[in-house]
Amino acid sequence: MVAPFAGYGLGLRKPHYAEFLEHRIAVDFVEVISENFMVDGGRPRMLLRDVRSRYPVALHGVSMSIGSADELDGAYLARLRALIDEIEPLFVSDHLSWTRIEGFSSHDLLPLPYTGEALDLVCANIDRAQDALGQAMLIENPSTYINLTPAEMSEWQFLDAMCARTGCGLLLDVNNVFVSATNHGFDAIAYLDGVPHDRVRQVHLAGHSQGKELLIDTHDQPVPASVWDLYAHVMPLLGPVATMIERDDDIPPLSDLLAELSVARRIGGRTMRRAA
Amino acid sequence: MTLIELQRDMRAWLVRDDAAAGRRFGADAGPGLRVYQNNYRAQLVACLEDSFARTRDWIGEEAFHHAIVAHVERVPPSSWTLDAYPRDFPATLALLYPDDPDVAELGWIECALGEAFVGPNAPAVAADGLGAIDWDRAVLHFTPTLDLGPLSTNVAVIWTALAVAEMPPAVELLPEPGAILVWRQDLVSRFRAIDQIEQQALLAARAGLSFANLCEAMVAAHGQEDGIARAGQLLGQWLADGLITDVEERPLSR
Repeated sequence: MVAPFAGYGLGLRKPHYAEFLEHRIAVDFVEVISENFMVDGGRPRMLLRDVRSRYPVALHGVSMSIGSADELDGAYLARLRALIDEIEPLFVSDHLSWTRIEGFSSHDLLPLPYTGEALDLVCANIDRAQDALGQAMLIENPSTYINLTPAEMSEWQFLDAMCARTGCGLLLDVNNVFVSATNHGFDAIAYLDGVPHDRVRQVHLAGHSQGKELLIDTHDQPVPASVWDLYAHVMPLLGPVATMIERDDDIPPLSDLLAELSVARRIGGRTMRRAA
Repeated sequence: MTLIELQRDMRAWLVRDDAAAGRRFGADAGPGLRVYQNNYRAQLVACLEDSFARTRDWIGEEAFHHAIVAHVERVPPSSWTLDAYPRDFPATLALLYPDDPDVAELGWIECALGEAFVGPNAPAVAADGLGAIDWDRAVLHFTPTLDLGPLSTNVAVIWTALAVAEMPPAVELLPEPGAILVWRQDLVSRFRAIDQIEQQALLAARAGLSFANLCEAMVAAHGQEDGIARAGQLLGQWLADGLITDVEERPLSR
């Protein structure tokens, strides 16, 4: 199957709802947090239908807990499937992480060890999720703050094996690569060179903050030069891939995000010209 | 360490600050573990702050912060959705303020309004479309967003004053306990204080008691004239509020 290049988009956040609905904003798609709309009814679901009538929508989840040693939550999958059937999203994604164990939900993306045991479990969970959702998923590389040792493979080797075994795609978050590389001292370029390029369907760009001891994936800053440099490095390797700016906190005016997106278009455009 | 052991240790670290569990992640894991713990707590605190703005206004910033810290320690989240996390906070408020029922009642209103906001859609019936209904056979169906909570204070007027940034009245105990009725009308969550008579009538009608039997019960309690009048008033109010989603005409049973 040919990868669907879908252009350049933004994460849709509450302060910008009205602008997206009242004007034709120059984006090719928007991405929403799936869980915010996996509700029974009311205004959120109505708003998403309105947005969908104007823009292609990608669904990005944070609570599937694909790395849970528990089974996946069947009720969660059923709700997500209902949303997918209604919205007909461009992509459905979640993270290489876990959030739930034995009745506890962390609501934070927690790290996995890169071991054969974890790979088997993640692949089984992705298989079940893709069956339940009726489509292939994209799995995003996480930002991590601890090294779970002994690792039996690198994160990019884990992603490569996961994609090969399940047929899922990758959502490559370039900022997450930078954050994890800085925190753990690995080479971000080696990571970007090592991921399975033909599996990458979507790219996230975001900013981060310097914590007391580690870089934190806060999504509350513009995309920094370090992340743009990595994006410029990886795009020729990927070819045309849907790209978006993901901003979750300290949300600036929409014009600021569109200006950032124009930078992505410029870098991505060079890739398109080379591919042509 | 197996994956399940690792995940149990992380839960113990996040929820209970379990130092032994933290140490099992290795000597260098401290800074990262603190990031995860901070993220975990910050998510829950932000969720409660967003959900209980009026309660915070009522008890003050410092007391509210103490309450949410107590709640985060007492009740780890269990649902995949953060929308579910506020549900148990009124119970924590009741524990912290056993002599001030207004605090937990205010929290309950805010929580119920949030739940109604994303509850199932169910269009209300229009009163002018009910002219042909045989009320002797009528059974009322109510919006699934309808919820009832206990009410012993004037917290409804306190909430309203706080919502428009006016000075709220002093707390007062009601002459007799009633209930708070919460529901969503179209896209807007609403509430109003109701007395015991309406509360009992709503509970009975929602449980399937026919309108004719409801009228009989009201007559038995309040006499022929007042009972019928009160039942009619309640029906009119419920229709105007958009609480009724269907009027079913059931066969008469003998």
